[in-house]
Amino acid sequence: MKILVAYKRVVDYNVRIQVKPDGSGVVTDGVKLSANPFDDIALEEALRLREKGVASEVIVATIAPADAQPHLRNGLAMGANRAIHVVSDGPIEPLTAARALLKLIEKEQPGLVLMGKQAIDDDANQTGQMLATLWGRPQATFAGKVDIADNRATVIREVDAGLETLDVELPAVITTDLRLNEPRFIKLPDIMKAKSKPLETVPFADLGVEGGNQLKVSHYAPPPKRSRGVMVKDVPELVSALKSKGLL
Amino acid sequence: MSKILIIAEHLDGKLNPSTAKCVSAAKAVGGDIHIAVLAADPTAIAAEAARIEGVGKVLAVANAANAHAIAQVLAPQIAKLAEGYSHVFGPSTTFGKDLMPCVAALLGSAQVSDVMTVESSHVFKRPIYAGNAIITVEAPSDRPVVATIRVASWAAAGEGGSAAVENASVEASLPTHTKFVELKQGKSDRPDLQSAPRVVSGGRGVGSAENFSIIFSLADKLGAGVGASRAAVDAGYVPNDMQVGQTGKIIAPELYVAIGISGAIQHLTGIKDAGTIVAINKDAEAPIFEVADIGLVGDLFQIVPELEKAL
Ligand SMILES: Cc1cc2nc3c(=O)[nH]c(=O)nc-3n(C[C@H](O)[C@H](O)[C@H](O)COP(=O)(O)OP(=O)(O)OC[C@H]3O[C@@H](n4cnc5c(N)ncnc54)[C@H](O)[C@@H]3O)c2cc1C
Ligand SMILES: Nc1ncnc2c1ncn2[C@@H]1O[C@H](COP(=O)(O)O)[C@@H](O)[C@H]1O
Repeated sequence: MKILVAYKRVVDYNVRIQVKPDGSGVVTDGVKLSANPFDDIALEEALRLREKGVASEVIVATIAPADAQPHLRNGLAMGANRAIHVVSDGPIEPLTAARALLKLIEKEQPGLVLMGKQAIDDDANQTGQMLATLWGRPQATFAGKVDIADNRATVIREVDAGLETLDVELPAVITTDLRLNEPRFIKLPDIMKAKSKPLETVPFADLGVEGGNQLKVSHYAPPPKRSRGVMVKDVPELVSALKSKGLL
Repeated sequence: MSKILIIAEHLDGKLNPSTAKCVSAAKAVGGDIHIAVLAADPTAIAAEAARIEGVGKVLAVANAANAHAIAQVLAPQIAKLAEGYSHVFGPSTTFGKDLMPCVAALLGSAQVSDVMTVESSHVFKRPIYAGNAIITVEAPSDRPVVATIRVASWAAAGEGGSAAVENASVEASLPTHTKFVELKQGKSDRPDLQSAPRVVSGGRGVGSAENFSIIFSLADKLGAGVGASRAAVDAGYVPNDMQVGQTGKIIAPELYVAIGISGAIQHLTGIKDAGTIVAINKDAEAPIFEVADIGLVGDLFQIVPELEKAL
């Protein structure tokens, strides 16, 4: 079985995002870019399934501008067998990403697609669900545990009410939550090895997918700032501060 | 004029308060507001939905396949129901996040996630980058707007409505590829984390599952719901449904007490809308103090029991 991992590059989660003073966007020049943390978890899960003999091949795919090659090389260094780079001009919406990923699926026929539950830049939490819908296949989102046997996946999902278990037929789309696994670190020799792994580039236009974004972003603003309040020195002061705010 | 369809969230025969929050957002858009209840037996839930103020009609869809909220089963039915509507709304809970993108994909619409404010029928504000930027987005008017409503940003619409309940049947072929196995619910008599006016949360500083009893005990004294940081959940002190933050629950209680929590951006995202934030931490430099309205530096194992006694 092949596993396709949707592997997006985003602003590193440690970067404190700043909105440009003119409201035209956020500052991305010179900030550190990394794999979306959830996508690293997706890749790790795929690699573990390959190590267990469940999967034979792991493919990482991204839709991103031309400069995203090193990002895919990282995925290869982590252990993916090969990479597909759909080269797009700018950022694309989840619906477009799902349509593009569907084209890759049609070509590669994976038995499983693993992706993050959300990209931490747009925080959309949509692409996996959209892809499963367009593909006409099952989805198991927010996975905290995945077991594969007899061409089915048993997935424990982290939902608001607790933990839900779904049993889905493969092929399927599974999106990862944080506790699914802890991604491995990339080792230096693997970075060298990754240089010779296959990396295919496909211009976005060649996929035959409708491009262009439906949603128009007109303004970026910083969130309302919470300011530092008062420091109290002990419990009695804390209690009276709460009382004065009418909270006790 | 807008015609808005809201997808009801429910569990164990009861409507989730998130539905009435979606109604508030729909009221901000203005127009006809209808609620769709898809269930094995929607009768009681539909009756509850019909009492929400501002709702014009409730569509009850009974189908044994709807016994559990399986997104790929619900979505084709909703896409059919959505014909003639200008907007389809669901809550930004795990239920809505799982389901609504499927509806959007079937309708060919790009989804607007986590609507914080409604500027006009097609213009909304939503957070990106863990809430570190708020964008104004405009959805096209030539196709239905599919959106999730950020529940922490909206008060629930009140009761007192008396909408008509209509039994709706939808012809859609439903997949059988997904089987519901079980739902293990965090059983708790405490107020629900997502709607409680007061929440007490513990972090890694609490140190163990046993130690978390002091957090529960303080919460009970305050009549508060209990939350946790991701580190506390990862360490196994408490179950996942208690996680507050970017990837957990986004909450807006009047009072939030963060105990032994450092205040990582991903955690702060979950509490930005809280009324008053109280932080108790032994590290005076902890970032949580930058946003706390009231901060107290010290050892939680001394402070928390003392605070409980003082209440
Ligand atoms: C993609 C992504 C998503 C994430 N989503 C979330 C999320 O949804 N929610 C979330 O919470 N985190 C999330 N995180 C994790 C986040 O970055 C932090 O790691 C986490 O919030 C830290 O939890 P903590 O504050 O409990 O632990 P720490 O950062 O370890 O802080 C523990 C604190 O306890 C204090 N302390 C220790 N002992 C005592 C004592 N005896 N008395 C008083 N104080 C004491 C310490 O001074 C310290 O400040 C996410 C991370 C990533 C990468
Ligand atoms: N441009 C992209 N390239 C590769 N994967 C993507 C892209 N956009 C979204 N994804 C995948 O979809 C997941 C959810 O993204 P989103 O719906 O944008 O929150 C991510 O974690 C990725 O796995």
